[in-house]
Amino acid sequence: MKRYLVLEDGNVFEGEAFGSSHITTGEIVFSTGMTGYQEAITDQSYADQILVFTNPLIGNYGVNLDDYESLQPKCRGVVCRELARYASNWRKQDTLDHFLKQNHIPGISGIDTRRLTKIIREHGTMKGCLVNSIEDKEHTIEQLRATVLTDQLVDMVSTKQPYPNPGTERNVIVVDFGAKHSILRELAKRNCNTIVMPYTVTAEEILQLHPDGVLLSNGPGDPKSLPQAIQMIQGIMGKVPIMGVCLGHQLMCLANGADTFKMKFGHRGFNHPVREIATGEIAFTSQNHGYAVDPESLKGTDLMPTHIEINDGTIEGVRHRKYPAFSTQFHPDAAPGPHDAVSLYDDFMQMIDKRRGEQGD
Amino acid sequence: MTKRTDIHKIMVLGSGPIIIGQAAEFDYSGTQACLALKEEGYEVVLVNSNPATIMTDNEIADHVYLEPLTVESVERIIRQEYPDAILPTLGGQIGLNLAIELDKTGILDEFNIELLGTNLQAIDEAEDREKFKALMKQLNEPVPPSRSVNTVKEATDYAEEIGYPVIVRPAFTMGGTGGGMCKNREELERIAANGLDLSPATQCLIEKSIAGFKEIEFEVMRDAADNAMVVCSMENVDPVGTHTGDSIVVAPTQTLSDRDYEMLRDCSLKLIRALKIEGGCNVQLALDPKSYQYYIIEVNPRVSRSSALASKATGYPIAKLAAKIAVGLTLDEIKNPVTETTFAEFEPALDYVVTKIPRWPFDKFRDADRRLGSQMKATGEVMALGRNLEESLQKAVRSLEIDEDDLISETCRQASDEEVENRLVNAQDDRIFYLVEAFRRGYTLEEVHELTKIDRYFLDILMHIVEIEKELAENVNDLATLKKAKRYGFSDLTIAKLWKTTPDDVRQFRLSNHVIPVYKMVDTCAAEFASETPYFYSTYDEENESRKSDQKSVLVIGSGPIRIGQGVEFDYATVHCVKALQKLGYEAIVMNSNPETVSTDFSVSDKLYFEPLTLEDVLNVIALEQPEGVILQFGGQTAINLAAGLDAHGVRVLGTTVKDLDRAEDRELFDQAIKKLGLKQPQGDTATTPEQVKEIAHRLGYPVLVRPSYVLGGRAMEIIYSDDELDEYLSQHAPANGDHPILVDAYLEGKECEVDAICDGENVLIPGIMEHIEQAGIHSGDSMAVYPPQSFSQKIKEQIVEITAKLAVELKCVGIMNIQFIVHQGEVYVLEVNPRASRTVPFLSKITGIPMAQVATRAIMGESLVQQGYKLGLAPESQNVSVKAPVFSFNKLADVDSYLGPEMKSTGEVMGTDREFEKALYKAFEGAGMQLPETGTVLLTIDDHNKQEALQIARRFEKMGYRIAATKGTAKFLQDNGLHAKVVGKIHDLQPNLLNEIKDRKLDLVINTMGHDQAHNSDGFIIRQAAIQHNIPLLTALRTADALLKAMENRTFMTNAL
Repeated sequence: MKRYLVLEDGNVFEGEAFGSSHITTGEIVFSTGMTGYQEAITDQSYADQILVFTNPLIGNYGVNLDDYESLQPKCRGVVCRELARYASNWRKQDTLDHFLKQNHIPGISGIDTRRLTKIIREHGTMKGCLVNSIEDKEHTIEQLRATVLTDQLVDMVSTKQPYPNPGTERNVIVVDFGAKHSILRELAKRNCNTIVMPYTVTAEEILQLHPDGVLLSNGPGDPKSLPQAIQMIQGIMGKVPIMGVCLGHQLMCLANGADTFKMKFGHRGFNHPVREIATGEIAFTSQNHGYAVDPESLKGTDLMPTHIEINDGTIEGVRHRKYPAFSTQFHPDAAPGPHDAVSLYDDFMQMIDKRRGEQGD
Repeated sequence: MTKRTDIHKIMVLGSGPIIIGQAAEFDYSGTQACLALKEEGYEVVLVNSNPATIMTDNEIADHVYLEPLTVESVERIIRQEYPDAILPTLGGQIGLNLAIELDKTGILDEFNIELLGTNLQAIDEAEDREKFKALMKQLNEPVPPSRSVNTVKEATDYAEEIGYPVIVRPAFTMGGTGGGMCKNREELERIAANGLDLSPATQCLIEKSIAGFKEIEFEVMRDAADNAMVVCSMENVDPVGTHTGDSIVVAPTQTLSDRDYEMLRDCSLKLIRALKIEGGCNVQLALDPKSYQYYIIEVNPRVSRSSALASKATGYPIAKLAAKIAVGLTLDEIKNPVTETTFAEFEPALDYVVTKIPRWPFDKFRDADRRLGSQMKATGEVMALGRNLEESLQKAVRSLEIDEDDLISETCRQASDEEVENRLVNAQDDRIFYLVEAFRRGYTLEEVHELTKIDRYFLDILMHIVEIEKELAENVNDLATLKKAKRYGFSDLTIAKLWKTTPDDVRQFRLSNHVIPVYKMVDTCAAEFASETPYFYSTYDEENESRKSDQKSVLVIGSGPIRIGQGVEFDYATVHCVKALQKLGYEAIVMNSNPETVSTDFSVSDKLYFEPLTLEDVLNVIALEQPEGVILQFGGQTAINLAAGLDAHGVRVLGTTVKDLDRAEDRELFDQAIKKLGLKQPQGDTATTPEQVKEIAHRLGYPVLVRPSYVLGGRAMEIIYSDDELDEYLSQHAPANGDHPILVDAYLEGKECEVDAICDGENVLIPGIMEHIEQAGIHSGDSMAVYPPQSFSQKIKEQIVEITAKLAVELKCVGIMNIQFIVHQGEVYVLEVNPRASRTVPFLSKITGIPMAQVATRAIMGESLVQQGYKLGLAPESQNVSVKAPVFSFNKLADVDSYLGPEMKSTGEVMGTDREFEKALYKAFEGAGMQLPETGTVLLTIDDHNKQEALQIARRFEKMGYRIAATKGTAKFLQDNGLHAKVVGKIHDLQPNLLNEIKDRKLDLVINTMGHDQAHNSDGFIIRQAAIQHNIPLLTALRTADALLKAMENRTFMTNAL
């Protein structure tokens, strides 16, 4: 069956339909990762986005329960050049096609994804929609242009109720802005007693639980649309060790007086080299962000940059000068992507332990 | 900047002659490295004995030594050059081993020379199996259970302990030489004995077989600041069990989930960091298809064939960066040469899929054992890029230049089901064709998977191809089906087969419906960043990224995969053609399919199309680029074969016209030209019955040269001395009416020689004459040759020059041509003309200082020889004497007869230059690995009609202090003539016989001229095989022996009684 990808700028791509037959609209973004399509699709940071894979062959190893990054993905569509006919992997439990059908996500294959990527690169991210017919092409484009995408993305993906992920060591609260399972996995590996809280949680609610640390998760959208969260962070800064990841990082920067901006087409993929300023060490990092912290805006705040992307100088991590708090723009928990920076979770644990030690004294 | 300022002069070690397992990829990496070091301001000293390489060109390094890669010879160079450092990691295993040897002699300490790139300890830890295992244990990384053994008994004892099947891996041998998989004790005893023999350390690793695991490779880089990264991941289609050099490989990995991939990536980076390699490194891993269990198979602490492939697959120039890292630069301060906007510290993202298929020599070696295993047998490889695997695979298949044009193989179609299954189980070079055939016959994915253990993902790709094939056959002239087929890589030719029409009709239909390919850029970053790389591949997609420039352009066709008869020499000529075009102000566009070479380095030309070299693919590029014309003369037979087709499609073939190419290549037209000019050529005739063959033979007089007309390249060509021999020949090669006549030519005894001539249509320049050392009847590519000629009178040379000039002008050659002559009884006869660059071009260019391919290119583009400032005729001869010696890879190919004849067998060559012929000979032999002790024992097994000549040879050996061993007949003959010959038993005599002498290494040299003894069970064949297996120098022509004696006599003192 034919399906069409229509872009805000009037470009129309014809391809083959797979996945769900829903008609969807979203912001169109591309990822350059060559593996990990399942993790990307289930990453809530892609909520309301149509995800283009530059790697032309998708679906090769199917889908399995281990690799979910969330259970109800809110990604709006999957665009690729070629969908594998046969998925081959010992862990395969489902095919990508069937998985997308079940999750109401439409897919389109047979697209010149390289051309599409270049359009996004040149014009910046824009709106797009996946439709099953373009009989009235002008109308479709007009409708698309008129569509206002929600800025309440976090509300859509964050948990409504707190839930625990029990462990026997440090008590950590994860504020869920659209948290990837890999964050919980890394905490679980370190035997943390984790409680995941909705993004609406207040500073008081957090402090009442007396956690050893707070992790501000990744999530979709513009950090500035979450003033409550910024307030919450301001309320816990200095009172409890904090680690921020991706959206969590942006929120922590905003809470400390820095500013964020929307990037032209963002960083999505996992070959972004990031230098740790203190050691000069470079790690390849898993990234998925359309917003970034303005380096100039960090001046005069209590935050110091700790990591930068070596090619375009994007701020990739900051640390608080006085308080036990740091955050990274990239995902140290990878999934998908390289594990080069996973030891940042150990740093978080050390930070917690140090703080506990101080309080014990 | 972290660049080293304490070193100034760096010696780079090349990889020597091309052999199986060590091919053109090291010319590519070495050239890149030398240029990179020069770019950083270092003085570069290069040592390599292989003249056919770009890296040994004067402008690549500051001081180029075309000298043997032996400790002795490199020491001499060190004592003259005083380098501060040696970079040994770019010259393959040869370079690495040589560095180890040099270190042992103490010269590195004496001269305070540092080894760059990888330290000796790391080399040792990666190469020595036991140390490697210990390191892996320390790192907690798994390796298959294994043990190093030094005797066959230790091998069998250990195998009994861990259970069969086991794999034997000899230590310190190239391409896994001598190794193999053993299913039982008997096989192990045989293979282990052979492996121990071939290992310089008499050491083999006995390893538990993990055949059937996925084989994954990572190309990783690291710098001195400990930055480490993956350049490329690759997955072998053939599971563990087939040498990676003999496997079909795809990049990036296709069946690994992110978890699998990251696990193996972590492991690879851990290894390169543990080994502290500064530069590139290759990690081979095996992954259980049913769990996370993986094993490390091997680590190569240097750039390798795989890194050349990875460089071309990603666009990321590994060798260039490895060289920069070796002098202290770090990845985060070097600009990515592809994007020029990002840094080299960047893991490339691919938005296409790459397929590599090895090119095997079995078209030449029909008798060779074609089964694939742990011993690499391929001589070269092709690579193709596509936007899906079906496309990339089918493009690679049609790049191979074998009998099959596509996956529809008539041979496979004829095979019985049993044969098909057999070929699936016992992998040979042609398995891919049988896989497709199996699906055509309705075998299921599961059935084929059971038989082959190939991942179902890859099998499904093949099944998909078969399904489209069927769709095509059922939908003739259907546009939608055509579009689909093109998208999945079907060629016009294949579609024509299925539509029962001509490729031209398909092409017309396709063009009239605007189904044309687009060209996509290889940019390392999947279009995330803007890039200007002039590196493209075709695909059927929407957007074309390759723009025709305003500059006048010329398309140069490369020579495709390296195979016997068409080696790196043609890449050399191609690159020089490109340089000349650029100097003339043209945009030089290269098309080629070989990932190992310099010509497919996108920085060499103005634009590179990495494409199959078929008519369709070339016409497509021409349609887009609209070049002034196409140059075919430098791409060997591959390019020349395109001439007629291109001409028929109105493409301008530059240089010698297609009509005139025909006059040189067509036997009858050529005969006419010879007659017209009144030149001499050996007489000959064609026969269709055995009686006619005899009649012609009698008419011409023995000896005669006979060959079936329908086979190319000298196969089944033999020199026949008598009726008896002729009867025997005819019993095997009966002539038949119609298609299969036999050609009979007079065989002229004499000296062969050849020239490469450059002609502008009117005048001719002959850079030099090369005299062959062996008698006529041995393929020129397998002959030793010397420049300038040592035994030709001035008169003969004048005759050669005159004939060459006449022929070049008569054949209207514009550009370059090669002529083979035989000098018989003071007269010069023409044997054949090749209207294109030959394999001697680089050799002669280097010794004469005339950049032949460049001069020829200028002539092709209209600049006359006079305008170019060349004196016409034979260029003045050099004062030095240069000898070319062929190098063979027989020890990699079981069952190939090493007896030299009209069919070419060598894979590479070396050069030796000195002031005297004898010294040049000595160096050439040394470079070819034939180093003989001062005294020793030589075994002579001589054909009857060579006995007189052999007597002289034997005398000289004895004079030098060598003992002669011979079988009864020869020994008696020698004894009768006053020599001390030791009698050894014939093969079928009771032991001990001559085979024991060989096995026990009691011999230092074997001379065997029993040429008519080519059957596999014959004495001659068995003796030759035994000598090769035990690494004993072997000569099969007395003229070679004579040359060797000349070289050896020159270094020994005369011992004469008064």
